[in-house]
Parts: sequence; structure tokens; C-alpha cells
Amino acid sequence: MKPPRFDYYDPRSLEEATRLLQVHQGDCRILSGGQSLMPLLNMRLARPKVVLDINRIDGLHDVKLWNDGVAIGAGVRQRALETDRLIAQRLPLLHTAVEHLGHPQIRSRGTICGSLAHADPAAELPALAMALGAEMVATGPQGNRTITADAFYVSYFTTTLAPNEILTEVRFPAPRKDMAWSLLEVSRRHGDFALVGIVAGMRVDSSRRSIQEARLVYFGVGPTPVRVKEAEEALVGKPPGDSAFQAAAEKASRQLDPSNDIHASAEYRRSVAGALTRRALSQAWQKLGGN
Amino acid sequence: MATTRAIKLRINGADYEGTVEARKTLVDFLREDLNLCGTNVGCEHGVCGACTILMNGEAIRACLMLAVQAEGAELMTVEGLAKPEGELHPIQQAFRDKHGLQCGFCTPGFLMTTYELLQKHPNPSEEEIKEWLSGNLCRCTGYQDILESVKLAAERLRGTVSAA
Repeated sequence: MKPPRFDYYDPRSLEEATRLLQVHQGDCRILSGGQSLMPLLNMRLARPKVVLDINRIDGLHDVKLWNDGVAIGAGVRQRALETDRLIAQRLPLLHTAVEHLGHPQIRSRGTICGSLAHADPAAELPALAMALGAEMVATGPQGNRTITADAFYVSYFTTTLAPNEILTEVRFPAPRKDMAWSLLEVSRRHGDFALVGIVAGMRVDSSRRSIQEARLVYFGVGPTPVRVKEAEEALVGKPPGDSAFQAAAEKASRQLDPSNDIHASAEYRRSVAGALTRRALSQAWQKLGGN
Repeated sequence: MATTRAIKLRINGADYEGTVEARKTLVDFLREDLNLCGTNVGCEHGVCGACTILMNGEAIRACLMLAVQAEGAELMTVEGLAKPEGELHPIQQAFRDKHGLQCGFCTPGFLMTTYELLQKHPNPSEEEIKEWLSGNLCRCTGYQDILESVKLAAERLRGTVSAA
């Protein structure tokens, strides 16, 4: 199908964009990379009166140093995850995760902030933002406010962004150097959305005999990315290895409440989540020099 | 505010200036307004890759962009591959020689993805080729001959470059 008729604006400044959004809020969709919005328009699942294209706004296209981490503007494409040196240096997890994000043709247009704001529960970037403790910069008529990734995701395709706010930047703090990470997912085809995915992080003490900290964030198994703190806590203080990983996997499987849909049953998703937990933790442990 | 727009862009080396409805996708603009029908419209929601073209040197889905967004851009479609007198581009010739197509519907998309791939990675590994082509669907070939076509094209293009 073809997109319905709409009024199209492509302002040059953020002030103009927020003014337009204020005027048209509720009947306006923000167009950035378009890799989620355009299919919705083509299929007429979205019929906004106004499309507000933010691609021509100056100052949204940069990747900048932020504290020790990285701030990524709303106009930055997902290809930057592969090509940007700052991201590769400061956030190697994002750099290596890119192979799971769609396809090269999608990443050349799709933006990092667009995927975060679209809030597809099966997408990788929202889970990565939650696992790495990212914060979102929302720009509205009153200026900027920051929202932590934990507080950002509400439900399927729903965030705490107000209808008159634009996600203008995401800030990823530099992860601790002694934390090892792994992203794994199971999808039908390479580049598809995940049926189940996990971002796992782990840190051990200097003698490498006990786990100091763990982070387990799942995607594709609920209305938002899901952090399972009970499974994280179950790992702390335990010697890194199969039995601790297995125990965490069982806790996570029990704790998660995925849905049944045409892609996979809830039971299958729970089982895969457990298997991915074990695998991701083993991978992280290997990166820390374990076996 | 506007439901139509004036746009200016460059396509296959030629300048274009005209007016377009804001809601028109780039692929429909190419086919209907510019009569460049080599780019096919498949799924219209970014899954099949049949509409892949290059924008400023990068492969994109032309169904997931509005034509107005291409303002000021440099586009290349499958029509830009062969020489004006008809000689096929080495990528096209390799697809022909290795039977990298059957019905041909997906082929323009595969050719354009391959074009960027070989520009950026003149000597791609099999894994790299698969990763790049994963965004293009083909329902006929089973992909093996496409893989062979891309490998042959890479070899020939490398040969051309070193011979020149």
C-alpha cells in the first residue's frame, strides 16, 4: 500500500521542531530514519495528519564524548555503530552487537535513537540501553530532561516521552573495564527481530573466584526489555562456572513471562531464555579469562 | 507545510528538478515520475530488498524513504550500472555468467547491495557476503549461485583495478 496523505515539515532547528510538535501533538509522527515509521505509513497502520522530519536539524548528527562514555544524537544512523571510532573504543559491546541489528540497507537509514524511541520489545538497542545504564535526553517546549533507560520503557512501543517531546540524544556511560559482556539472540533469520535475546554482563573479583556483579537484560520476552534482578543477585558471591550460570538461568526462566504468539510459544521462549543465559554468561566468563 | 514539494537531486549522474507529493515513497517516485522502472517494488515494508538503491553511496530501501527526503542527494539505481551503449557492469556480467538469477525480480536489489559491498570490501569473505546479502530475499535461486556471482564479480573487479 501507499502512505496516506499528510502535511510534511522538515524544520532546520530544534526550536522550530519542538514548536511544530507542540502545535500538532497527538496528530504528529516524528520521522527520523524511517525504518519503523515508513512501514507503518505504507501499511496505513499509522495515519498521522503531520509528519515531522527531523533529519535536516543541525546538531543532531554527532557522536560525542560524554564523560567517559558517548553521547549519540538523534540523527546518527545505526551504521555509526560499525564505523564510528569513538563508539568502537568506548562501547565495544554496541560495536559488536551491530551484526544483529537488521541489515546494512536498514542500518544506513535507521537511527539509534529512532530504534530506542520506537520501543519495539524485540529490538536490541533498547535492551542494550537498559543493560548499559544509558540515559535519554528528551527535548520539549520547556527544554531538556533526562530519563534513565529503566524509566523510559513502559510497554509495547510505549515510552515515557511526552507527546510534545523529541528524543534528541542518548548517552551511554562507559562500562567498567573489568565487566565482560555478551549479546546473544535467537531469531528465525539473520537480521530478523529476536524471538528471545539477552544482554549479559559479568564482573568477578581479582582472584576470579567469585562473581562481583551481573547484569541480565532480556528482549523479545515481554512488553519492554526485561531486567531480571533476582537472577543477577543469585550470581553475586558465587564462583563463576556452570553451576552458578545454570542456577541463574533457571531463575530467569521462571521469572520471565513471555507471550504466546505466532512466532513462538511462551514455553519455548522461556526455555530459550534459560539456554541463552547459560551461554551468554559462559561467553562473558571466557572473556574474563575463565573456562 | 506542504503536501507537495519541489525537489532537486542527482540520479545516475543526471540532475533532476521537479515537484513531488510529500507522501510519495522514493521507489514510486523513481518508477512513476522518472520512469526508472528497473528498481522493483516488492513488499513495501522493508523486508524483501527488491527496491534497494544507493543513496550517497550507501545501500538503502527505496520503499522506506519519502522522495522529498532525497532532496540534494546523489542516487544510483540499477539503470546506472551498465554503460550507455549497453555493455554490462562486471557485477551484472558475473550474475549472468554464474546464473545468479532466475525470474530476476530481486536482481536489481542484489546488484545494488553487491555494488556497495564490493566498493567497501573488494575482497569480501563468504561470511561478509552473506551478511550483506541477508537483507535481500530471493525466492528462486536458493542463493548459492548469487554467492558465486558475487565472488566472481569481486575477482573480476579486483583484476580490472590491478590491471588498470
